[in-house]
Amino acid sequence: MSGGPSVGPGTPDPAAATKPSQMRRPRQRLKPSLVFSWFVFIVGVLYFALPLYATLEFSLRTKVPFVAYRNVLFKDPQFSATLLYSFAVGVITIVVSLLIIVPTAYWVRLRLPRLRPFVEFVTLLPFVVPPLILVFGLLRAYNGQPLPLTHSELGLNVLIVAAYVVLSFPYMYRAVDAGLQAIDIRSLTEAAQSMGAGWTRILLTIIFPNIRVALLSGSFLTLAIVIGEYTIASFLVRPAFGPYLALLGRDKAFEPAAVTIISFGLTWLAMGMIAFLGRSSRSRVQVAGAR
Amino acid sequence: MTDAATRQSAQGAPPARPGRRSNLTVLGVVPFFAFAALFLVLPIGFLFIGSFQDSSTHQPTLQNYFDLSEPNIVLAYKTSIEISLVTAVLGGVFGFLLAYAVILGGLPRFLRSFLMTFSGVASNFAGIPLALAFTFTLGLQGLVTKLLLNGIGLDLYSKHVGFTIYSKVGLEIVYLYFQFPLMVLIVAPAIDGLKREWREASENLGASSRQYWQHIALPILMPTLLGTTILLFGNSFGAQATAYQLTGGLVPLVTNAITAQISGDVFHNVNLGYALAMGMVVIMAISITGYSLLQRRSERWLRS
Repeated sequence: MSGGPSVGPGTPDPAAATKPSQMRRPRQRLKPSLVFSWFVFIVGVLYFALPLYATLEFSLRTKVPFVAYRNVLFKDPQFSATLLYSFAVGVITIVVSLLIIVPTAYWVRLRLPRLRPFVEFVTLLPFVVPPLILVFGLLRAYNGQPLPLTHSELGLNVLIVAAYVVLSFPYMYRAVDAGLQAIDIRSLTEAAQSMGAGWTRILLTIIFPNIRVALLSGSFLTLAIVIGEYTIASFLVRPAFGPYLALLGRDKAFEPAAVTIISFGLTWLAMGMIAFLGRSSRSRVQVAGAR
Repeated sequence: MTDAATRQSAQGAPPARPGRRSNLTVLGVVPFFAFAALFLVLPIGFLFIGSFQDSSTHQPTLQNYFDLSEPNIVLAYKTSIEISLVTAVLGGVFGFLLAYAVILGGLPRFLRSFLMTFSGVASNFAGIPLALAFTFTLGLQGLVTKLLLNGIGLDLYSKHVGFTIYSKVGLEIVYLYFQFPLMVLIVAPAIDGLKREWREASENLGASSRQYWQHIALPILMPTLLGTTILLFGNSFGAQATAYQLTGGLVPLVTNAITAQISGDVFHNVNLGYALAMGMVVIMAISITGYSLLQRRSERWLRS
């Protein structure tokens, strides 16, 4: 639980409700502080909303309203093709990441707690290695024998999934580990074993379903990161959504604004799902690194 | 940490269970470490070795690291570090004030969940779309640029003001968009962790609100605040896509320098690029380590 941009213990909202006296006190004593609070809040909201409003306004500046949206959604085959590609890569990334992280986090908690610092260290490494450096490393390492992955389409697709799985490690591990912490894996495992279940069965029918909220949170976050990712996709020359958006931004006027709004909507959707799922559980909202 | 985990680490070893293959338990984590080795450690290892090789003869050399002192490379590091420092400190201060305003500042409670959700979205809304959104806001044809021009006659892009979003200052404004929400997300639970009893105790002893913050709350929050500021530094230092889309390499950044050396067309030196990359990894490692250490320290007080 140390390091990484995960958001500290507990869910934010109930905690505020338990401290009514703290909330009331500044209001009674210091009127200027309330003014100050509103001022800070409004500046923050403006900072957040202005770029979005400006983008929306720009996307609607066309003579025929919504023509920019219609152009990208219905007339540009690249839009749906790249979005679909990124979505597919995202889903494969999530599956691979879950299949690696869940058994590892489970096993470390159950049998190998001494390895925990090492696992945590490795899951933090993607924060130390920016995507730009990771992709150059992959290009160099897999440019020749024995694994010339950069020489084929399939190989490049393998590399992009592998890179995204690595990027997802910090978020996925934290989400899964928090999920496992909330349930009693030891008793569940012993109960399953005493009824004759094997490890695969325990993981698939007991552990996975019991931490599904944590898994979904980690998955949506991974999806949000992967869908718009630019650096890795562009250097691996993949037909992904990020490079498409970058190209569009250079070539067209109103369409990039429309796609930016759509892409913001997708991010909001993914984060909204995490917040919705997290409401009834102890999993946390998490944030991605910079792009 | 769960009770089970702490109990185990206190004993120093996992409890002996009647499990099968007890000496093969390590095999359970092999897929994870193998994957990390293949797609994270090995690639970085290749870059590390490459950074000590001469680009034409492939002989071992330290020249690439000596070349890091070239003026344009020093400038790239300086600019990247400056942008990261400015956005980390401004984002950190503003993010803290915002979290404070919403949690303890007496604002209606529903604004708080609104702020948390928007912070989650904004801190993830980086890269190409963010760069585009700011060109529509503060670019030459941007909404705010036009509003200022038509409203109060202020021309941001005139020679007199000399502003452009495609510059270092422009980049800082854009980076702050994901920096301060990240601060809000990390610092909000820490502000929540301040116990009511501490405040009551200090008030009973006659402390003013200012004294409470100066001598109790801020010192307790300090590791979180410092640690998160360091994290913000790394967050902006490692960013590439936003800056590339916005400035197209006009602002000298380390990421641009690496790209130019490794995949540039004219004069490039791949191995110098690898040395640049290693320098970047070292700076990122220092910042993440600092964050981890300070976060661990802050958990001592704020564990609820």
